[in-house]
Amino acid sequence: MAAKINMNPERNPMPAQDAKARGKNFDEVTYGYSEATAIDEALRCLSCKHMPCVSGCPVNIHIPEFIGKIKEGDFEGAYQVINKSSSLPAVCGRVCPQEVQCEAKCVRGIKGESVGIGRLERFVADWHNAHANGAVNKIEKNGHKAAVVGSGPSGLTCAGDLAKKGYDVTVFEALHTAGGVLVYGIPEFRLPKAIVKKEVENLKEMGVKIETNIIIGKTLTVDELFDMGFEAVFIGSGAGLPNFMGIPGESYNGVYSANEFLTRSNLMKAYESDPVTPIMKGGKVAVVGGGNVAMDAARSALRLGAEKVYIVYRRSMEELPARKEEVEHAIEEGIEFMLLNNPVEILGYHNPDDRRDPKNGFVTGMKCIKMELGEPDENGRRRPVPIEGSEFVLDVDTVIISIGTSPNPLIKTTTKGLEVNRRGGIIVEENGATTKEGVYAGGDAVTGAATVISAMGAGKIAAKAIDEYIQSK
Amino acid sequence: MYKILKKEELNPTVTMMDIYAPFVAKKAEPGQFIILRVDENGERIPLTIAGYDREKGSVKIIFQIVGATTKKLNMKNEGEYIEDFAGPLGVATHTDGLKKVCIVGGGVGCAIALPIAQKLKENGCEVTSIIGFRTKDLLILEDEFNSASEKLYVMTDDGSYGREGNVCVPLNEMFDAGEKFDMVITIGPLIMMKFVVEATKKTGIPCTVSMNPIMIDGTGMCGGCRLTLIEDGKRVTKFACVDGPDFNGYEVDFDEAMARGGMYREFERHAYEETCNLFAKEGK
Ligand SMILES: Cc1cc2nc3c(=O)[nH]c(=O)nc-3n(C[C@H](O)[C@H](O)[C@H](O)COP(=O)(O)OP(=O)(O)OC[C@H]3O[C@@H](n4cnc5c(N)ncnc54)[C@H](O)[C@@H]3O)c2cc1C
Ligand SMILES: Cc1cc2nc3c(=O)[nH]c(=O)nc-3n(C[C@H](O)[C@H](O)[C@H](O)COP(=O)(O)OP(=O)(O)OC[C@H]3O[C@@H](n4cnc5c(N)ncnc54)[C@H](O)[C@@H]3O)c2cc1C
Ligand code: SF4
Ligand code: SF4
Ligand code: FES
Ligand SMILES: [Mg+2]
Repeated sequence: MAAKINMNPERNPMPAQDAKARGKNFDEVTYGYSEATAIDEALRCLSCKHMPCVSGCPVNIHIPEFIGKIKEGDFEGAYQVINKSSSLPAVCGRVCPQEVQCEAKCVRGIKGESVGIGRLERFVADWHNAHANGAVNKIEKNGHKAAVVGSGPSGLTCAGDLAKKGYDVTVFEALHTAGGVLVYGIPEFRLPKAIVKKEVENLKEMGVKIETNIIIGKTLTVDELFDMGFEAVFIGSGAGLPNFMGIPGESYNGVYSANEFLTRSNLMKAYESDPVTPIMKGGKVAVVGGGNVAMDAARSALRLGAEKVYIVYRRSMEELPARKEEVEHAIEEGIEFMLLNNPVEILGYHNPDDRRDPKNGFVTGMKCIKMELGEPDENGRRRPVPIEGSEFVLDVDTVIISIGTSPNPLIKTTTKGLEVNRRGGIIVEENGATTKEGVYAGGDAVTGAATVISAMGAGKIAAKAIDEYIQSK
Repeated sequence: MYKILKKEELNPTVTMMDIYAPFVAKKAEPGQFIILRVDENGERIPLTIAGYDREKGSVKIIFQIVGATTKKLNMKNEGEYIEDFAGPLGVATHTDGLKKVCIVGGGVGCAIALPIAQKLKENGCEVTSIIGFRTKDLLILEDEFNSASEKLYVMTDDGSYGREGNVCVPLNEMFDAGEKFDMVITIGPLIMMKFVVEATKKTGIPCTVSMNPIMIDGTGMCGGCRLTLIEDGKRVTKFACVDGPDFNGYEVDFDEAMARGGMYREFERHAYEETCNLFAKEGK
């Protein structure tokens, strides 16, 4: 039976919490499609023979096939299709920058809106998690041991794939909770921590061991992992240290890196009513930067009780690198975008008469300069140039800097033979092999800050290569 | 979970614990630290490794009860467990090649200084130690310092034990008498370290300080532990958890570090009161 096609040019809207209400809580912003809406949305898919959408997905999920199953109401079947290519669909369905990936290639996007592929993926994953009976297929062990460093999406995926192949896998994580950026970076209102926890639980059920509080390069070195009997090591240690701007005043109290602010809020639960880890709440907050991380910091600050939150970004709306949906949500929630502005100095309080004045050393404002877009640079992006004499002071008491990260040198400096590029990223071949035998790497530790799905894809590729490497030994 | 093998009160505000953490014990070196969480919902706090027994797999911590988390930690008893204990973190204190060193410790900072003194002594270095406390009741580790040092000066602010005065008194006397050291290593309250640095500066002897900014992850991920060094007139940002905690005392911007250490004073006072109330209730 050929199902009828839904020719509505617009996709089904995503039900969401009211913008005013949600600015005050950390509950998930969007609710997800119902079964009926999911089927209705699935019926917009034309099941194109040449499947352009699939080429837009970094892990090539068989999109028309899983959507086809939704059309038939076979949601578990849809899940099984996705599961062949992705191990974190509940996560990617929520946080993938779909509009520049799969959905960008969807033919329905030519005249109207593309199929809501990400939303459907999320629906299928949530449906599966709510209905799955939890029974895991017994996996036969193959007697080989592999180690994974870091429990972000790349590490979790690599561990899962190796476990499915029968490996005895141990994940070593520096922090006290597994999940990487999914637990310390991306906030609850965008990615509920219960989802990440569930993914980690699933891995444990498959026999993956997760050792938290182990910092590779400090507690144990990569070479010691080999001594302990691991035959291969995957490094998925993430993007690393936050960058600062190098302008005066960055050490004043109230200046955070986005990593610190989000870690305090998410991992350390500073958003709860009586938290044990402090964070600056309330007041006026400026977030410097325009990526997903900046949006998350801004929207978290708002929910923590800020009276005013600004995004200060040196280019224009068009160049804003954050996901479109997040920018729209941020605007709806009342975050003010101060585009074409660049901070030049952070101002702080000094009482010359009283060294013990408790306000000493706290932020009082941020001096910015207005920018205009000049000639395009080698990447075709128009370069922002300062407008002389346009400085002004933004009245804020918290500044959150979100201008990227540079790789953490901890593993590199303690692992002989592991080479990194000029920017500090681990050098790998196409299959994830590093310059050191038996050591593979992927995710942000290789590429610099990227996306969940690309990290996951790298974990998959490396798992395959590790299997081939160990089996051929 | 990490078992508390031993607990001992060194004085009414300072407690020592041996924790079973074999991975940490195996690698620990003087000058490094750990990060712990007392329970599942606890905050992460750093404490220096005050000793270790590689064979037993134990790590010694010595902490002063100053706020909510150290209070909670102190409520734990021998045989009980703490939730998380990660390390060893930071760069170990450089002790190689040092022949004659002066160690200046203040308060609970002495606990951090002791393993360094012991290691130096093991290496055949001649150690002079100055340890200072507010008053006699707060004195800790005198015997241990005695056996690790050729010469030991014990100071109290109020003169209730040892000599009266701060740690700079004997230090300046030694400098005035022309005593030379390869290095002065100082660990204690920021204000004390600042004065030790100032006193040492006129001699040209290198001076290492151990910085203790507020930390969270301790792995170089958050940047919260940053401090400013002034290197050749240029201000340079460093992360204490990965670049330190030891730094060249002549380069550290102490005033900034002091301001940053007080960032959450309000919050901390409230949290401490809450914790005390909680234990008072549980006690009943
Ligand atoms: C706030 C924020 C929002 C984001 N939003 C999005 C989004 O909406 N969509 C999207 O696709 N991407 C987003 N990203 C990017 C995405 O999260 C990352 O690209 C992805 O998580 C990278 O995965 P990974 O496995 O490489 O590393 P990570 O997720 O960074 O995990 C690395 C793990 O390794 C651990 N580790 C590090 N060093 C060691 C060591 N020496 N020993 C042991 N463990 C170690 C770390 O503690 C961490 O748990 C966001 C990132 C941030 C910070
Ligand atoms: C590398 C390092 C080594 C340390 N070693 C020792 C040690 O061996 N023994 C010891 O008694 N203390 C040590 N400290 C200090 C110890 O971490 C703090 O006293 C402790 O965190 C206070 O926690 P609290 O909740 O009990 O007190 P709070 O009331 O929360 O804080 C009291 C003061 O402690 C400091 N502090 C608070 N939270 C942190 C934090 N997360 N990280 C660092 N400082 C903080 C602040 O200056 C604060 O004003 C060390 C700190 C660092 C950075
Ligand atoms: S994983 Fe991301 S890119 Fe791939 S289909 Fe799903 S939403 Fe699209
Ligand atoms: S391109 Fe769009 S319409 Fe065509 S198969 Fe993919 S999702 Fe369906
Ligand atoms: S404590 Fe986070 S970077 Fe040092
Ligand atoms: Mg505290």
